[in-house]
Amino acid sequence: MADTAMHSPAAYDVETVRGDFPILSRTMHGKPLAFLDSAASAQKPRAVIDTVRDVYEREYANVHRGLYEISEAVTDRYEGTRETIRDFIGAASTKEIVFTRNATESVNLVAHSFGRNFLEEGDEVVITELEHHANIVPWQMLRDEKGIVLKVAPITDDGELIMSAFEDLLGPRTKLVAVAHMSNVMGTILPVEDIIRRAHAVGAKVLIDGCQSVTHIPIDVQALGCDFFVFSGHKLYGPSGIGLLYGREELLDAMPPFMGGGDMISSVTFEKSTWARLPHKFEAGTPAIAQAIGLGAAIDYVNGLGLAAIGQHEADMLNYATQQLSSFDGLRIIGTAPNKASVVSFVLDYAHPHDIATIIDRAGVAVRAGHHCAQPLMDRMDVPATVRASIGLYTNKADIDALVGALGDVQEFFG
Amino acid sequence: MSDDLRELYQEVILDHGKHPRNFHACEDATNEARGNNPLCGDQLVIYLKMGEDGKVADASFVGKGCAISMASASMMTDLLKGRTAEEAQAMFDAFHKMCTGEEEDVDLGEEAEKLRVLSGVREFPTRVKCATLPWHTMVAALEGQDEISTE
Repeated sequence: MADTAMHSPAAYDVETVRGDFPILSRTMHGKPLAFLDSAASAQKPRAVIDTVRDVYEREYANVHRGLYEISEAVTDRYEGTRETIRDFIGAASTKEIVFTRNATESVNLVAHSFGRNFLEEGDEVVITELEHHANIVPWQMLRDEKGIVLKVAPITDDGELIMSAFEDLLGPRTKLVAVAHMSNVMGTILPVEDIIRRAHAVGAKVLIDGCQSVTHIPIDVQALGCDFFVFSGHKLYGPSGIGLLYGREELLDAMPPFMGGGDMISSVTFEKSTWARLPHKFEAGTPAIAQAIGLGAAIDYVNGLGLAAIGQHEADMLNYATQQLSSFDGLRIIGTAPNKASVVSFVLDYAHPHDIATIIDRAGVAVRAGHHCAQPLMDRMDVPATVRASIGLYTNKADIDALVGALGDVQEFFG
Repeated sequence: MSDDLRELYQEVILDHGKHPRNFHACEDATNEARGNNPLCGDQLVIYLKMGEDGKVADASFVGKGCAISMASASMMTDLLKGRTAEEAQAMFDAFHKMCTGEEEDVDLGEEAEKLRVLSGVREFPTRVKCATLPWHTMVAALEGQDEISTE
């Protein structure tokens, strides 16, 4: 782990941090880049870029196969990343750390392997109104295939889960509760401890979609007690193409493989194959080797800054952004839960989000505009789309000032 | 502010965007199609009433979208009236070439010349579909399809 003493919370120096991200020094349309789209995908620190390059330049070979020095070395680095991730999320064993392409694949793995084999017609899966499509569609596909029942827990106008309504949905047929830890659209942080406790009380398993939370909140899967936890590397300042599934060992042990192929077998004959041990049983084919090692470097980088310090800085930026945007003429923030992080979605009553995004792009401001892969939530909040500004560990006040300034251009056209 | 933005958001477009013409459902439409842009969530429905003479007797739309798509639908429905299906298709072809920049000085025809205010989308590749969605939907309606999706 990196030296945390260099970055004590009081000394969080965002300008120094920004210096670690080469892309932040570029311009967009001739203006300094104000990158406010980290919730879609975060930028990469030099440490990650250098690590990936180092793998390819010095130590690349396939893993788990080669009987030569560089293959053994890269296998050690790849498997070492599993330990880095185990430590980062507090898992009991690296057997519980399964590499995937991204969180979407992780959810699909659970739907296919756990869902198809342990859920029966009439069994219930509970999700919430604020889920990303990645935590809706796989369950709909399972519903259509197996005849399970998909139940959706409602949220308030502020974007908070209505706990009493959630609890009302739980019953003897509830086999799985699959919820986001943090809303990708509104930033709401869900009370997952409470959710897990109540779900377990009726004997249901719990999957937490940690895509958004893992970059802001320290995670301890054992303390949470969740059964599955998923996230993507690219939102955590790591490469794209690498994601993670955490599953409790006894569950993963009981689950059949998701995909068949090389690397996931113990033995193969034309009559019968037997499976590799955990976690390799779920990792068919050559994995994203450099990307996994790059994710390890990203986690080392985040640990070096400290998630507590990062979280505090991001909370300061969120407060500043909320304050600046709230007073803007005709602007309405979508998602006003007291417990939220790093995301501010909004609409202007005189301009469509796409027009806003196009205009502020010309001022160097990168945001997401649209439905954010959460169309049911857009319907629930009664908006066709929103503009989403999301905050990362490198976001500074100048980024937010650039956003607010550029909204002035929008107002000039449309106001 | 950049010139290409001023080019994109001309007064005419802002006006059509804010006060779209023909913005209503049509109960006795002969042709009707829904258009979706799954990338951004824009949705609209185009209604056409074809007369016995084979010409568009009435055209209207409803939907939610950005200023570009609303303005494009508004101007398109205005221009469709009195045209045959072939003429509408030809107008679409010319408009499409203009938006994608495929043809620099495409001939839109005298009446449709006003569509040239939308040519600014050429400088904004991600917004071309906003301008063309109503047109793709109109063509789908003429061809008897219920729904189209732009990717």
